[in-house]
This record gives sequence, C-alpha cells and structure tokens, in this order.
Amino acid sequence: MSIKFDDKLPIYIQIMNYMKKKIITGEINGGDKLPSVRELSTKLRVNPNTIQRTYQELERENLVFTQRGMGTFVTEDKQIVKNLKKDMASDIIESFISEMKGLGFSYDEIAEVVKDRTKKEE
Amino acid sequence: MSYILEAKNLNKSYFKKKALNGLNLSIEKGRAVGMLGPNGSGKTTLIKIAAGILRQSSGEILIDNHEPGVYTKSVISYLPDRNYLPKWMKVEDAINYFNDFYGDFDRNRAYELLDFMKLEREMKVTSLSKGMTEKLHLTLVLSRKAKLYILDEPIAGVDPVARDKILDAIINNYNEDSSMLITTHLVRDIERVFDDVVFINNGEVILSGNAEALREEKNKSIDELYKEVFGE
Repeated sequence: MSIKFDDKLPIYIQIMNYMKKKIITGEINGGDKLPSVRELSTKLRVNPNTIQRTYQELERENLVFTQRGMGTFVTEDKQIVKNLKKDMASDIIESFISEMKGLGFSYDEIAEVVKDRTKKEE
Repeated sequence: MSYILEAKNLNKSYFKKKALNGLNLSIEKGRAVGMLGPNGSGKTTLIKIAAGILRQSSGEILIDNHEPGVYTKSVISYLPDRNYLPKWMKVEDAINYFNDFYGDFDRNRAYELLDFMKLEREMKVTSLSKGMTEKLHLTLVLSRKAKLYILDEPIAGVDPVARDKILDAIINNYNEDSSMLITTHLVRDIERVFDDVVFINNGEVILSGNAEALREEKNKSIDELYKEVFGE
C-alpha cells in the first residue's frame, strides 16, 4: 500500500480519498477492518495524528465506524458507498467541465467530445 | 494546555552577532514539531540552550516547567548535528556508555533498533559511513525514554534509503507521552512526520502553525512554503 503524496493538499484528505477509492472499488469491503493507526502510519510514513484525523473524518462521513478496543471498520451500508461513488464521480465531472469551459468548449462540444472518446474505447 | 518547552523573549549573542533575537516558542506535549530554517538561522543555538549546553544572554526558557539543568537533561534526549562518540568505541561500547550514563536508557530497545538499522555490535565507530553513524546516533537517542527528543538534522547528508529507515525509526518511536523537536532544511522528505512547524530566521520565529492547517490555508506543501518564506 503506498500513496503518491502531493503535499499541497492536507495529508489527511489525500489518505481519505485513497481509502474512499478502495472502498468504492471493493478492494476494501463493507465490514472489513482498517489497519490500526500505528500500522498505517508506519506504512505510509505519516504522523500518527494525521492518520487519526483521517479515520475521524471518515467516521464523520459515516464511511467507517469504530468499535471500542476492536478497531475501525468499513460501513456495511451499501447505500452510503453508492452515494460516495456518486459524489466522487460528480466531483471529477465538475472539475472536468470547468477545465473544458476554460479551454473555450461549449456544453454541446464537451458532450460531443466525451461521446466520441467513449465510442473509441468500445 | 501544557507545554514541554516554552521560550520567552530568548536572546543569545556571540560577541556582536545575535543568534537569537527575542525568540518566543511553545511546544505542546505529545507533538512532533519541525523547526525549519536556513543555515545560521539560530536553530542549533536554540536547541543547545534547551539541552543545557549553552546559556541564553537574556530571556527565559522552560523545559517541562524547569529551567535547563540536571532535571531537564534527564528528560531531554538530544541528537547533536555532529559526531560525538570517542574514536576507540565499537557500537557495543557506545551502547554501554549510554546505558551507564542515562537511567532511562533501554538496552533491549537499543538492540532492536540496531537490528532494524542493520548495524552490528562489533562495528567500530570510526569505520561507519555517514549514514550508518547517523543511524547509530539515532539508535542511541531513541533508546532513551525521554519526554523530549531533540533531533538536530537527523537526515542531513544521508542517502535516500537510509533516510527512509531513519524516518521509519522516528515514526515508530512516536508516542503521546513524549514530544519531538526536529530541525531540518530537507523539508520535503520529512514534512509528513510533523504535527506543527516553526519557521525560524535571524533568531526569530517568523511563522508557525499546524502543518495540515498551513497546507490548507496556503494551498502549498510545507516544502513550498519554506521556499517561499526563505527564497530571495
């Protein structure tokens, strides 16, 4: 497990995003136990307080829950994971569209380009 | 809030040259703090005062609510930025030396760290490379159960692999009961270890704060911020 850090962003947000992607793709399943704060801190060479913060924020978003003395676990609520996937997708789309707008593309042209591109993949 | 180190209006002059110029600094218990600044900014002077090796010209410094002295030396584990072990020593001798000197030295922990650093007890201190010397020093310093670890340039002049090893040792040593003050000008390699950072220039603190909050606020890494603050 390793992350390419871009230290411009707060580290805890980067680790959150990394965890979220793993949850969405099913690499970490609902009910799975996350590594302990110390383990992850050693693995990623990051201050343990930062990992603690990551877990707290993930918990606030209801993506994980803590069981006293047992550790931190991924939510088993499929709806939450579904919503997360939607949210992350819409973030990517938002930033894509605003970049394209910045290049002078109209909405129609953007749709066109995307359609062409995805057709090619198929 | 309780502080492990508090400096108030600290001044230090070497003849006419002012090394510390009314420096104010507070370090919370249980934090890893990065003290960042170019060569000659006053970092090592501050550390030496904290470690009780130098005395300030004026101002106040308290470590765990005590002025530097016998008590503070017993709770500070200090890694100087240069070699200080007698030449005749082998690694094992250095461990015995520390074990005799410091009541809080944990010999088993030292052996664990030696293994981790891939150092042998029979090696002669003088035969060690720069990176190995740094690893040995860090082993000795982290094997004490101190309240405040002061590491002066722990990764300077060390190759990237050894650097990672040293960072691992620092992170593994991290615990809530002790604090770490780490000076460096190699910010990028180590910035993810810090809770808080303090920028020092011309013997004054010019910027300080929580590392994550600074990243968020300035939209920059601590390394970039360093270059901005100290760049021409």
